[in-house]
Amino acid sequence: MTGSALSGIMPHLPALQVVVPLLSAPICFLLRRGLVSWAFATVISWAAFATALLLLQAVLTDGTIRYEIGGWAAPWGIEYVIDATNAIVLVIVAGIGAVVMPYARRSVAAEVPANQHSLYYTAYLLCLAGLLGVSITGDAFNVFVFLEITSLSSYILISAGAGMDRRALTAAYNYLVLGTVGATFFVIGVGLLYMVTGTLNIIDLSARVPALQDNRTIHVAFAFIVVGMGLKLALFPLHTWLPNAYTYAPSTSTAFLAATATKVSVYVLMRFLFVVFAPTYGFMALTLNYVLLPLALIAMVAATIAAIYQYNLKRLLAFSSVAQLGYMVLGIAYGSVQGLTATLLHLFNHALMKGALFLAVGCIMLRVGDVTMLGVRGLGRQMPWTMAAFVVGGLSLIGVPLTVGFISKWYLVTAALSDGRWPIAAVILASSLLAVIYVWKVVEAAYFKEPPAGRVVREAPLSMLVPTWILVLANVGFGINAEFTVDVAQTAAMGLLGIVP
Amino acid sequence: MTPSSLLLATLLLPLVGSVLIALTGGRPNLREAVTLVTAGLLAITVYALLQDVLAGGQPAVTLIEVAPGLPLVLEIEPLGMLFACVASGLWIINSLYSIGYMRGNGEQHQTRFYICFAIAIASTMGIAFAGNMFTLFIFYEILTLSTYPLVAHKGTEDAKRGARVYLGLLIGTSIGFQMVAIIWTWIAAGTLDFTAGGILRDKINPTLLPILLALYMFGIGKAALMPFHRWLPSAMVAPTPVSALLHAVAVVKAGVFTVLKVVIYIFGIDLLAETGASQWLIAVAAFTLLSASLVAMTKDNLKARLAYSTISQLSYIVLGAALATSYGVLGGALHIATHALGKITLFMCAGAIYVAAHKTEISDMDGLGRKMPFTYAAFLIGALSIIGLPPLAGVWSKWYLAMGAVDTGMWIVVAIYMISSLLNVAYLIPIVARGFFRPSAALVPQSVGAAAAPATNGLREAPLLCVLPPCLTALGCVVLFFYADEVIALLRPIVS
Repeated sequence: MTGSALSGIMPHLPALQVVVPLLSAPICFLLRRGLVSWAFATVISWAAFATALLLLQAVLTDGTIRYEIGGWAAPWGIEYVIDATNAIVLVIVAGIGAVVMPYARRSVAAEVPANQHSLYYTAYLLCLAGLLGVSITGDAFNVFVFLEITSLSSYILISAGAGMDRRALTAAYNYLVLGTVGATFFVIGVGLLYMVTGTLNIIDLSARVPALQDNRTIHVAFAFIVVGMGLKLALFPLHTWLPNAYTYAPSTSTAFLAATATKVSVYVLMRFLFVVFAPTYGFMALTLNYVLLPLALIAMVAATIAAIYQYNLKRLLAFSSVAQLGYMVLGIAYGSVQGLTATLLHLFNHALMKGALFLAVGCIMLRVGDVTMLGVRGLGRQMPWTMAAFVVGGLSLIGVPLTVGFISKWYLVTAALSDGRWPIAAVILASSLLAVIYVWKVVEAAYFKEPPAGRVVREAPLSMLVPTWILVLANVGFGINAEFTVDVAQTAAMGLLGIVP
Repeated sequence: MTPSSLLLATLLLPLVGSVLIALTGGRPNLREAVTLVTAGLLAITVYALLQDVLAGGQPAVTLIEVAPGLPLVLEIEPLGMLFACVASGLWIINSLYSIGYMRGNGEQHQTRFYICFAIAIASTMGIAFAGNMFTLFIFYEILTLSTYPLVAHKGTEDAKRGARVYLGLLIGTSIGFQMVAIIWTWIAAGTLDFTAGGILRDKINPTLLPILLALYMFGIGKAALMPFHRWLPSAMVAPTPVSALLHAVAVVKAGVFTVLKVVIYIFGIDLLAETGASQWLIAVAAFTLLSASLVAMTKDNLKARLAYSTISQLSYIVLGAALATSYGVLGGALHIATHALGKITLFMCAGAIYVAAHKTEISDMDGLGRKMPFTYAAFLIGALSIIGLPPLAGVWSKWYLAMGAVDTGMWIVVAIYMISSLLNVAYLIPIVARGFFRPSAALVPQSVGAAAAPATNGLREAPLLCVLPPCLTALGCVVLFFYADEVIALLRPIVS
């Protein structure tokens, strides 16, 4: 009975992946009661995660899935296309959502005013639906639509921090302005593409653009899309919205957005650069080598140095995120299979690291109410599990063996060295050594400094520790056995470049 | 048990031990019993493996495939066998000593201390038995991280600063240079397996070999080659048992052990000899060897002097490897064992002196030898072994190293070995001489609290558990002198 029901649902999984969270959002709003909304959002997140896992499994066994929404055939209707690349992005987004939600109850209760709870979870569900939609769709304009859903809901998720610190409002406003500029640039680019090719379907675009590669309109479209996505993914120097947004948002929002939102933008950039356009075009090689590559390198070093000087832990991690996005763009800029493999690996791995770290910081926020260098003093003793989670996450960020960070670094350096790009390998390693400094600043404060006199804090509640530690263990687990992630990343990278294994 | 499950046990035993130590933290006697039992079981396991290796076995076990083409493999070869024997054997003695020292000094956070110690030993076993460079690198990094809390143990500003230098230099060199070298090797040779004769022949342009070798040699910061030696003196802020086992045996020997592994199994000594890629290393190692000896003479702090002496002795081994001859490599390998025995004796004596008399500066130790004759006798034997006088073990490794130098016809290297031995005499023997022959330092004002205790002329040795271990290792220096042949027989296959 259940078996046949499941097999009836199976073909429609791609639609359900987006539709379920999207339709749940208004229901969640109608539920009104904070706790009920939370329970509902949690169940929906888990369902979305299960769907994503099933899709990934289906893609790995049967290859690319194409799904026509509403039964309208591709050039006219909207088509969802799932290959190894976006299947893994779906798993990241839905997986982080599934882990963050159980954590959210205590954290949101402490950081967001009680009358806003059901609104908060509604915004979260919209954001989840938007991120999943951006990743799953095979239609360029549809990407924009979901991008806007994501952006508008994430402004709410960030400004929900206003109850703790009014600066959340300016941070959200900044993000709103810059995010809108980015999305507008993107849609202008898509419009220009439509003008010359007459299609919005990404697969069709990839067939028609090559013939037009010397067309000036295509060049302009390319520039608009790259800059627009650069803004959304916080590519240096378009990252200025990110540190404040991550610092003043509620901890749950920060953890969720840091681990998913920018990753999805990186994915969209990759999809357009390598599927719609191709690295063989003259203007593209120029962009990769002389725009993206230098910016990525600057981000890796400059943002890491900026992180060293931060006093607020969330801000520190935010700057570290800008640097880590630099690593991802670096892999894109190589334009090789190895480079894209490294980017996709880091996409996954960095979601695990930053998720774990921001969740640990959220635990500190709950118990201490202060996530600065002063607040973490002496926490090694007072909140041993939380700080241990932070240390492992930090080690992963540095790239210590047996953590996912090491796997990322290994493949990034391998990609650089196998192209003979020695100076780049040196920059990667230098920036990961600089990361030691900012991680160790926190470790020393937590373990070797005395807590402020008279402060008594307890360990974070289990409902927050367990999700944090799930991500921490994932950091170690996928660091010890990376065969699966490397395999998927490699398949995806070859798929993006159109190489048949 | 089959050899491969024994092999796995060498890794798991200390790890399980560390968990048990954490669980029994509230009951110190039980906790120390766990440490001792674990150390004993580990030594028995390693001994069983030794029997298997001597019978011609070559146990191997693949733990897991971390990424495609990058497996974690444990595989025994003679050099690693020797290193594992030295480390696991000395862990027992050092554990006894730790108990005496940590309790005698009333140190804090003892549970954390024993946990980290056990993890450090587990990673040392991982290094010793690593079947490829990737595995070795991973355990190498874990060893650095697990010893960091031991160096920072006291938590004072000094300890934190020392630990920062320690971590910064070791992580910095390993990620900045060693990892690059490993990835380069991986890309060029397509494998990282330790293979007799090396894996780089015809894989890399010979003119680039010296650069790759440099990335390895400076990347192995634990070998303390100048200018990346500063971490070792910095690590001396750690409690003495840490300095004794980790910074005279496990950590530093892991460094030179890695040097030997790279030279023998990655490059291959023949390739190095033919291309002369290691010529520059002879100069750097010789410089480190002599200048560290000279710096040691200027140090009044006993542990600092011993640290610089260690830096110098490590370069003996690096120099032996750089010579790229059979005798040089054999001598270097043997020196891992002989110097370990000698230096751990010296450190444990230094700790015993600190426990009994609370003295750290050599100039304060006048006449102390008459009060602590056992400690000083052990110190003398350890010192003589390091200097290289018969009938003590140290003579053999120096003998082989010098033979290696003679083989290459580099008489200047022979001269450097000899000059350095004289310098050893100059900075080690005066410590003993002061202890026995200078008038007692009774005139030095005692602290106010100690005024009640009358200055006696009788014996004032440290607790038994602090004195016995160095006496045992000193005895070991004598015993090893007579059994050096067996060790050489074990090692011989690495150069054939």
